[in-house]
This record gives sequence, structure tokens and C-alpha cells, in this order.
Amino acid sequence: MSAESGHVVADGQATDVSVADVASAVRNGDRSASSIVEDHLSRIGELDDEIHAFTTVVADRAREAATVIDQKIESGEDPGPLAGVPVALKDNMCTRGVTTTCSSKMLEQWIPPYDATVVERLSAAGAIVVGKTNLDEFAMGSSTENSAFGPTRNPHDTDRVPGGSSGGSAAAVAAGFAPLSFGSDTGGSIRQPASLCGVVGMKPTYGRVSRYGLVAFASSLDQIGPFTRSVADAALAFDVIAGHDPRDATSIATAYEPVGPHLTDGVEGLRVGVISELCRQDLEGFEPAVVERTSRAAEALADAGAKVDEVSIPSVIAGLSAYYMIAPAEASSNLARYDGVRYGLRQPGQNTASMMAASRTAGFGDEVKRRIMLGTYALSAGYYDAFYGKAQRVRTIMIQEFEQVYQRFDVLLTPTSPCEAFRFGAKADPLTMYYNDVCTIPSNLTGQPAISVPYGTGAEGLPVGVQVLAPMLGESDLFRAAAVLERSLEGSVS
Amino acid sequence: MSEPNQLPKGWEMVIGLEVHAELSTATKMFSPARNEFGGEPNTNVHPVCLGLPGTLPVVNEQAVALSIRIGLALNCTVQRCVFARKNYFYPDMPKDYQISQYDQPLNADGYLDLASGARIGIERAHMEEDTGKSTHIGASGRIHDAGYSLVDYNRAGVPLIEIVSRPDIRGPEQAKEYVEELRSILVAIGASDGKMEEGSLRVDANVSVRPVGADELRTRCEIKNVNSLRSVGRAIVYEARRHVDLYDAGDAPRQETRHWDEEGGRTRAGRSKEEAEDYRYFADPDLVPIDPSPEWIDEIRRALPALPKERRESLQAVGAEPQMAALAVTRDLDGLALATIEAGADCSRVMTHVANNLAVEGAERLEPVRLAELVTMETGGALTATQAKQVLAEMVDTGRSAADVAEARGFEAMDTDELESLLDGIIAQHAEQWGRFTDGDDKERKKMQGFFTGQVMKATQGQADGKVVNRLLSLKAEI
Repeated sequence: MSAESGHVVADGQATDVSVADVASAVRNGDRSASSIVEDHLSRIGELDDEIHAFTTVVADRAREAATVIDQKIESGEDPGPLAGVPVALKDNMCTRGVTTTCSSKMLEQWIPPYDATVVERLSAAGAIVVGKTNLDEFAMGSSTENSAFGPTRNPHDTDRVPGGSSGGSAAAVAAGFAPLSFGSDTGGSIRQPASLCGVVGMKPTYGRVSRYGLVAFASSLDQIGPFTRSVADAALAFDVIAGHDPRDATSIATAYEPVGPHLTDGVEGLRVGVISELCRQDLEGFEPAVVERTSRAAEALADAGAKVDEVSIPSVIAGLSAYYMIAPAEASSNLARYDGVRYGLRQPGQNTASMMAASRTAGFGDEVKRRIMLGTYALSAGYYDAFYGKAQRVRTIMIQEFEQVYQRFDVLLTPTSPCEAFRFGAKADPLTMYYNDVCTIPSNLTGQPAISVPYGTGAEGLPVGVQVLAPMLGESDLFRAAAVLERSLEGSVS
Repeated sequence: MSEPNQLPKGWEMVIGLEVHAELSTATKMFSPARNEFGGEPNTNVHPVCLGLPGTLPVVNEQAVALSIRIGLALNCTVQRCVFARKNYFYPDMPKDYQISQYDQPLNADGYLDLASGARIGIERAHMEEDTGKSTHIGASGRIHDAGYSLVDYNRAGVPLIEIVSRPDIRGPEQAKEYVEELRSILVAIGASDGKMEEGSLRVDANVSVRPVGADELRTRCEIKNVNSLRSVGRAIVYEARRHVDLYDAGDAPRQETRHWDEEGGRTRAGRSKEEAEDYRYFADPDLVPIDPSPEWIDEIRRALPALPKERRESLQAVGAEPQMAALAVTRDLDGLALATIEAGADCSRVMTHVANNLAVEGAERLEPVRLAELVTMETGGALTATQAKQVLAEMVDTGRSAADVAEARGFEAMDTDELESLLDGIIAQHAEQWGRFTDGDDKERKKMQGFFTGQVMKATQGQADGKVVNRLLSLKAEI
């Protein structure tokens, strides 16, 4: 059964299965993990040439892992809460024995000797890694066009970008290559592609999920989170990966309380604030239809018993500028280690310094170089205070403003992305591209959790997401609201 | 030309030292790899200290505890501190940045008192990680060195404390004394093995000069690669004289990093100004600030062993000469000395043994009561000083008592009658010298006393008791 050209979403296909259903079918012995994996591998084999969600597909490893799960079932062992669930991992998460390229020529051949903590937890839960997904090089971008290995296409319209930087992971779930994938979110890199691909994407509270084994872009902003086709699946996945990790010093030690039980709590009495700065019809760069979907979401929450009001947070717009100082500054330091000395690409040179310069020149793409230069400049003696220091002060102000707002509200609402999926090359100007992150960046700067939930379509018939934000460790309210939004949409929008 | 270690009249040296010491921890600063000197290259490594993509640093609590111990021993304020990244490209640094501390160090504002009396201010003592080691292999037969380099990351990530003094040091001898005192403190509190020869203690010297009496701080140069106590002194003198020469010539030194060339006996300019480093320090986002609780600091303070200064003072309190006390502490034999003296043995004999005679190796087998027995035999005249030294060595080797060893060797102090007749013979043979002894001035008498004692020792193969000989000489000369 071949898919309609240019539109290859999971709906109605054999792989249009939920994480929860797969896990329970495998655990109950109704389906074998091997058969589930084969369904997904064949869907990938059939369509990924067109979508290019993956940088690497690990078919043999996936089959072996499925066999192990099936043996566990047979011998009565508990195969874990994600038994037999095919998982796709953004290719900046370290996988022992499997290349972890960050979609960069620099690491094209690099094979980590260890698994990221998240990968360990997924394997222990019975999930089966089917492949590594494409991204903007080193997670720098909002369209996946910055991959050194070619862009990923949006399954809803293959002439358009899937968003980014976790475009491959978003597309993999939308296309039915896996019911579950993971991305990293530094400035919206999970939520924005989730919005553009019509799937759920969640960024946890900073420190709630271990960063150990996630190749760093901007350490104070990076968080790993799930992509799924339903809110319940996202909660299930989040419950598996969340929790303290002694290998990450920024990991939160507070005991983790699962969010799963809160999915059916409803929003009766929940105080919802709509951030006025990001929901105005006349906002430059915002598509009216996208803003309209957010208003409809607010109405749906009110209908379900939430107390909805508008709220102003003036610093959210300045956050964009602060972000584009802080993230590149950290990146300029984090990416210094790619020097050709120990691993990765090496180009010959007359001496060590010229070898390093040649390797970095050849190994990094334009956007990575642009951000390294920006960040190096922002941290330089004599400029630190005016750039990096000032950006940190903006960040502090923003955190304070959000803390104040959360005294009056439980969750906040905004669009996820100002626009629907755009065509390849449509945002060639870096500043236009950066502006795309304006709604998602505040959560990274504050460290607070946020989720993007598909909420119908925009003017061009493509998916539009709404974003729910919550205070630190407020994931249960986040999921309560997200679940209600999802239910409110059932039947009302196709 | 001025005296060695001196500047021309009118000038004084202004020296601040930066001492890096590797901490004696089981594992590295931020990585589970072992912290061990030696070993095959690149065997004490782990993905974290190799800086592999995705790895994260986690602070070694033992390193923090040892660093606090150092801060307390140096009278510092122990405070909330932040790790910062010092960014620069270098192949033996796996991440191309070093995790260090910048504007918020763990320890600040302390001081170190030297035995000679000076108090040297400590500006800060902060934690950081060590780099790996590069070995540069040159290609033979080429004009340009087109060889290759080998890098060993065993040392990469080893915990370091950097102790920065204030510019309170005024000369090479004081600099050496400071380094020695610091080293003995680090060793005494178990924070570092202090081995300069293995690179676990390294010194950079900030040197400038100024007219005597001025309180200005002139342009300083940082001298690196000073790898022994001797080169600390030499490098400082060379550099200070270079500055004086520049000022005398109407010129002035430039602020720069210079390298000590041990063989050439001179400092050489390092990087040129055009390549001046901008380390782009910023708080490391992978690590959270450390805020040691007052309870933890108190606990560490209570467990702090006695410092070398206190240990020297304890020995001096029971009568030891300052220099001998210092030697005993340096040799870590002060505990034995103190216990032996407290057991009733003569202080000066005990100090001679622990400072000069006793080998450090094996000394831990010697019980204070045993040493006291030996000293008592000696002061009671049963053994001469020379005999006692021999007996001591055998006691350590065999574990036998002083009396047993002396008996087995047939040692008995020569009795006074025997000595007296021997001395009479010697006086008869050296009438001229005897005259100089009886009639000479103090200086002459001292000289001749040595002569006659020497003759007696020669005749008895060192078995005579020197004190008895001196007493007999005085008796015979009726003085």
C-alpha cells in the first residue's frame, strides 16, 4: 500500500499504534515485539527515502532487542513498561556502538563507547531503538535544513520543513516510523517541530531528565523530551525517563512523582493565563490562523471548567535576544572540543593549531560557525558585560516575571510556533529563522516545562500546535491541561 | 656586581607565587577515573575526563573536602564557590577548556606564617582540573620541526588546588621557605604528596622589582616551568635582575608570561602580545555552585591534624633548638622526638638522633621508650655518641633493645682512668700544641681542644666520649 505522494502520515496505517497499546499488547502476549518492530522497519524502509527522518536505521539491533523482549515474555520475566515499543532517538543522544553524528561532518564516523542515561532507561523499560534521527547540525536550527546530511521532509507536506532542530524525531512519529521518539529542546527544538508535524512534543523542567549522554549545545538550556501522537503516550514516556541521575550535576534530586495518574484530573478550577504578548492578532510574523487556534484552545479549557484570563509578561520578547547571546556563548565553549585531536574529523595541518583550524573549518557547517563566532564574541574580554552579562540579567528578570505570574496562574497558554510548516528555503535569513523561536524560548530561559499539543490546522491546512507552560516541576498540571485540550479536539477538527 | 641573590642597592624584589598542587584523591576531579601517577599512557581515563561528547562533570566530594582542609590550614575564609570555564585550545586539554574557579573561589584571604617570622598573605586557593601531558617528537634531519606529538591523558582531570599568594615575598630565600612550608603543610594534612619531581607540586612566580621603601607594584612577569626549589630561587633572581637592568637602561619590562630555561639559567618570553589569551571565563553551566555548610567546615576543622608550625613549637617548648625542631618536623619524626623527650630522655641528644642520625625509612618501628633507653645509656656514659649512633641503626634494623645491641657489640664507654692515661701520652707527644691550649686565647684554645679530641678519637677509633675528653682537658690545664 503506497502512500499518497507528499503526504505520508501514520493515520490508518499498520503502524498507527499508540505507545500504550503496543506495550500492553506485547506485555499481554497479544503481539510479539518482533512483529511490531518488523511493521515499523518496513514502514521506514518503504518511506524514509522520501522523508529522511533517520541518519541511521539499526534494523539488526532492533530485531535482536525485540527477540530478547519476546524471550522475556516467554520466560515470564517483566519486560518493562515500554515493552516492544519502537523508539527513534535524535542523533545527538549517545548510543553505545552506534554512530552519534549530531548531523555533522565533524562526528560522521563517531561511535560512543557509552549510552546516554535516557537511552539506558529506555532500554531497561523494554523500548527498542530502531534508529537515530536527523537534526539541524548540533541542534542549531528550526527547520532541520542545517543537517550536513540533507534535510528531513514534513510528512504532512514533503515540500515543507518539519521544523527543528529535532525535525527527524518529529517526522518519524508523524510518519508512523515509531510511536515514540525523543528530541532535545534548547530553544524550542522539540515543541516547534512537534507543532509543525502535528504531534505532541514536550520539554521537561530543566534538570528533571538527565542530560548525561546528550551532546551539549547550550548546557543551561538543553533538555531531552518525548514526541508521541497522544498526550497519554507522552506522559508514559516521560515517566520512564524522568528522575535524578548522579552523573548529571544539574539533575534535580527531588523525588519524581509520575504524571500518568493526573491525565484524567481535568481542569476544573485550573487557572490558565494566555500570554498577551504572544497571542495578538497583529503580531508581526504571526499567522492569524495560528493565533486563532490558541484562542480556541483557551475557550476549550474555559469550557472544561478552567479559569482563563489574559496575562502580560513583557520580558518574553526580549528573551529572544537574550537567548541568542546565551545559547551561542555556551555553544562556543561546548563545541571547542571538536578539534581533530582525539576523535571526529581531522584535516591535515602544518602544526597543531592549523590542524585544529582546518578540521573545524571543514567539519562545521555555516550555522554552527555563525553561532560559535557569535558566542565567542559575546564572552570576549571587554564585551562580556554588554552581551553575555546583560543577557543573563534579562534571563533573571524573565524568571522573576514568570514566578510572579505563576502566583496567579497554574499554567500559561501560547501558540507553539508563529506559523505553519514553511517551504524549504523560505527562511534563509538567519534572523527570520531565529524569530520562529519566540514562543518557545522563554521556557528554556526559565527552565520551566512546556508541551506542544496539536490543535487543528492553519490557513494552509497544515498542523498547528498550542503550547502549555507550567512552573518548575509543574508537569502534572501541564499534562492535565494538555489532556483536556486533546479531548476537546476529538471530533471537532479532522 | 651585587651579591648572589641580591639586587643592586636601592632595589627590592616583589614576588607572588602561584602554587599548583595535585590532591591525593582516589579518583579525578570530575570523573570516576583513578588519580594515580605513572601507569601506561591513557589507561587512567574515562569518557568524562576524555571530554567525550555528551559527558558531564560531577564534583569529587573528597577533592572539595581536601581543598577546604587546605583553606583552613592557610587561615582562609571558606566560602560559596562557582566553577568557571577557562577557554583556550590546547591538545592536552580534552574539552579545550579547563574547569577552574574565577571570581568566586572556594578559599580566600588567608595567610601563611614562615618560621623565619614573615607572614605571607594568601589571596585565594581554588579548585581546578589538571591537563594531560604532551610529548613532542621531532622529525630528525629536518630544518623545521615537522614531527608529531603524543598526548597522555592520565593526568587530565586530576584535582588541583591553586594557591595564590599576595605579592608579599621579598627574595629567593623567602620564596623557597614559603614553598617548603606550604609543601610541608600540604603533606602534613594529607592533601597532597607534594612531590615536585613528579610534578604534583608546581610553582609559577610573579616577579617585579621596585625601589626599596616604595609601596607601588610595578609591572610583573609570570615565570612558568619552575620545577624545583632550586630553580624557584634562580628564576626569581634572574628575572628580578632583568627588570632592574631594564629600568636602569631607561626601559621597562612588559607584562608577559616567561618560561624558565633551567639549562640556560634564564627566562624566555612566551607567547607574543599578538597572541595574548582571552580565556572567556564564564560560570560552567554543567556544575552547580558549592556552598559548604558551617557544620561541614567545622567537622573538617576539628579533624585537621597539627600543622608543621605547631609541631615545631611543641618541640621548642620542651627545649629543642628551632632549627633542629624544623628538621625533625620536615623528616616527620617530631612525634617520636616529643614522646622520647617526654619519656625523660635528654632533649639535645634526642634531637641529634631524630634530626641527623635516624633514617626516616624504618623509623616508625622505633618505639619512644626504646630510643629513650639508648639516650639514657649515652648520657649516663655507658655509650659514646659514636657508639650510640651505631647502636641506633642496628636497633631499627633488628628491633632489639639498646642494651642488647651494645652488649652484643661489646660496646662500653672507655672508663675515665683509661682515657686519662691515653690523654697524658698524647699531651707528651704534642707539647707545642699543649702549650697553645693552656696559654692561647679563647680562639686558640678552642682550636687546640678540637685537635686533642681528634687525637683521642683517632687512638680509640671513635670509642671515647668526647664530653669526657673535654672535661679531662680542662682539668689538666687547670682552667
